Amino acid sequence: MTLNRRAFIGASVAAGATLSAPMVMGASHGKPRVVVVGGGAGGATAARYIAKDSKGEIDVVLIEPTRTYYTCFFSNLYIGGFRDLSSIAHSYGTLASEYGINVVHDWAIGIDRDAKTVSLAGGGSVPYDRLILSPGIDFVDGAVPGWSTLAQNKMPHAYKAGSQSELLKAQIEAMPQGGTYVMVAPPNPYRCPPGPYERISMVAHKLKAENPTAKIIIADPKEKFSKQGLFEEGWNTHYAGMIERIGPDFGGANVEVNPDEMTVNLDGEVIKADVVNVIPAMKAGRICELADITEGNWAPVSGHTMQSRVDENIHVLGDATSQGDMPKSGFSANSQAKVAAMAVRGALTGSRVFPAKFSNTCWSLIDTDDGVKVGATYEATDEKIAKVDGFISQTGEDAAMRKTTYEESVGWYEGITADMFG
Amino acid sequence: MKRILGTLILIGAAYASPGWAEEQAEEIGDATRGAQVYKKCSGCHQVGANAVNRTGPHLNGIYGRKPASVEGFFYSKGLERAAADGLEWDLEHLDAYLENPKALVSGTRMSFRGLKDPQDRHDVLAYLRQFSANPQDIPESAPTMVAREVELPPEILAIVGDPAYGEYLSSECQTCHQKDGSDKGIPSITRWPEEDFVIAMHAYKRKIRPHPVMQMMAGRLSDEEIAALAAYFKELE
Ligand SMILES: Cc1cc2nc3c(=O)[nH]c(=O)nc-3n(C[C@H](O)[C@H](O)[C@H](O)COP(=O)(O)OP(=O)(O)OC[C@H]3O[C@@H](n4cnc5c(N)ncnc54)[C@H](O)[C@@H]3O)c2cc1C
Ligand code: HEC
Ligand code: HEC
Repeated sequence: MTLNRRAFIGASVAAGATLSAPMVMGASHGKPRVVVVGGGAGGATAARYIAKDSKGEIDVVLIEPTRTYYTCFFSNLYIGGFRDLSSIAHSYGTLASEYGINVVHDWAIGIDRDAKTVSLAGGGSVPYDRLILSPGIDFVDGAVPGWSTLAQNKMPHAYKAGSQSELLKAQIEAMPQGGTYVMVAPPNPYRCPPGPYERISMVAHKLKAENPTAKIIIADPKEKFSKQGLFEEGWNTHYAGMIERIGPDFGGANVEVNPDEMTVNLDGEVIKADVVNVIPAMKAGRICELADITEGNWAPVSGHTMQSRVDENIHVLGDATSQGDMPKSGFSANSQAKVAAMAVRGALTGSRVFPAKFSNTCWSLIDTDDGVKVGATYEATDEKIAKVDGFISQTGEDAAMRKTTYEESVGWYEGITADMFG
Repeated sequence: MKRILGTLILIGAAYASPGWAEEQAEEIGDATRGAQVYKKCSGCHQVGANAVNRTGPHLNGIYGRKPASVEGFFYSKGLERAAADGLEWDLEHLDAYLENPKALVSGTRMSFRGLKDPQDRHDVLAYLRQFSANPQDIPESAPTMVAREVELPPEILAIVGDPAYGEYLSSECQTCHQKDGSDKGIPSITRWPEEDFVIAMHAYKRKIRPHPVMQMMAGRLSDEEIAALAAYFKELE
């Protein structure tokens, strides 16, 4: 899809037709306008809640370049063969037709915070009263020497779902018997703390069936990782001898890759690999930098409203933020979106505002019917979003409990995607 | 009997003495009287030598038995789920189940409205205890055992929920529980009678129901917030 093709779908088709190019949308009918950049876990939820709860009092514009959103959540299950790709694909049709959201398929390429406008790759700009940014993550340049996004077709990250997930899966299927899969795991903080390790479980599940003599190597810059005890127990039970993790003590942080040669230099030792899954260090989606609201790699926000600490007319959600104790997950982004939606409506229409509450649960699948979970609740303090209470699955749980946990995650997937896309 | 919190009750003396097991058995309740109360169960459940499953599963060895585990009996999904979540048949949970089966396990197939009188429950549980192996080893008869009732004080049930607040609070629930009432993997919570909803939430809050996610979610909700949620979800189509 070309970047400069913009499209309007749904409720505002008629209105869109009257706009002249370059597109400039004036504040229509004196209604306040919220512009949401990014139609993922945070942005789609925020757009939907604002449109639904303001009952037409607020004009909602959602800017998202892709027509199909592939959820990262459950993309590992796709790689493992538990889901097909179409089951993790979602469109924006209902948000437009049922909620009257003006869905603009384009990239936001700049933000003028004084004029309060967002400029689009396709030309023109959209004025806002409040702006919500939920652009997810981008990768830190040069984080893994030898790798850049230009190399992502040889050494996929599959950390944005869709074609990258397909590519990684195809590469795993093409591995010779007894071949080697290497993952370069990311440093903290990054999207979905258990994600790389659920990925490893799913790759092992697939290889165990198709290529049982294959080896899996993880080069990991972190001492510890999320749900480590649960994953390691599961790997021992289901995939004994297949997985080797090299932590920072053994040079796991000292990695260089050569995409042309398909080699990984791990602390001086050169490994010839068949698949190299590079998940580099992450930062807030680039539009946050362009808006000049980041500090370091992330956009700091207040937990009470998810407002940027730099500009009170901008709310930032999800992976792009630094907010305190919540992990970067789809569940967190969805939870934060509801707090932001309430705050935005309160500010623009005077609707009731209640104290911010957040929660998160991350499920991971280790093998067929062997699901585990970790979760917590959070509240907003002036300083940050602070953890209140939490739980984690236990090692040694019986098979029935693990199976219900997996079934719950399937229920959750249905729930959160309905909550995002209607 | 000592009242702790509303209708929480303490069973058993606080002192251990030699032979306390037998004394404890009596303190749970009066097994002889329990045999009479058991007539309310015997239409559906058999107990004792050669007991077989009928409308309900046989109740031999019920203490310490994993819920929904009798071979060949067709259990409800609700009871199976509660078992997978870690529910155990100890005195505390048997007491809660008999008091109000649906409050502990919604969707249970046991269509029995429950024994409201604590004495009846304790007596029938003392009776059933005789049909468990090594009744003296039943940990529930430990001297400090506390049995809780799910029955809530009328003040809590009388709180009138604010549906607007409930709507905001409910957004947090809808990440998992679908608004349209679908129940794949996670049960539906729409259109419940308010009282059942309130009781179920308090059962999680007090950790009588076993599920860790829901214990955590309910644990930080105030009585008013639970009432608000009940009022909101009741109205959902
Ligand atoms: C393998 C994997 C497994 C995961 N598993 C789970 C899980 O089980 N549970 C869980 O809760 N989370 C999981 N996650 C994490 C979850 O996917 C993310 O945390 C979540 O998607 C973050 O939401 P977001 O709104 O911040 O960003 P995203 O959902 O990534 O949405 C960002 C959107 O913004 C758009 N965008 C970016 N820049 C622009 C721009 N300039 N203009 C317009 N649009 C733009 C993008 O196209 C994208 O659609 C997983 C992630 C991965 C990678
Ligand atoms: C109308 C029939 C009926 C009556 C009366 C009844 N039960 Fe049940 N009982 C059932 C059924 C059916 C089940 C299985 C429940 C399920 O699958 O959810 C059950 C389950 C149970 C269980 C859990 C068994 C297990 O294997 O997990 C216990 C304990 C129990 N009943 C005790 C009692 C007691 C004590 C009484 C009398 C006070 C009683 N029941 C009255 C039908 C009945
Ligand atoms: C992280 C996912 C998740 C969230 C968020 C969540 N629940 Fe639940 N809920 C569950 C699961 C899983 C169960 C099944 C638990 C069990 O087996 O006891 C459940 C069970 C319930 C039940 C009992 C249903 C039954 O059939 O017995 C009620 C009532 C309930 N939840 C209410 C709520 C409310 C109200 C909220 C919001 C404040 C909420 N839940 C938030 C996952 C969730």
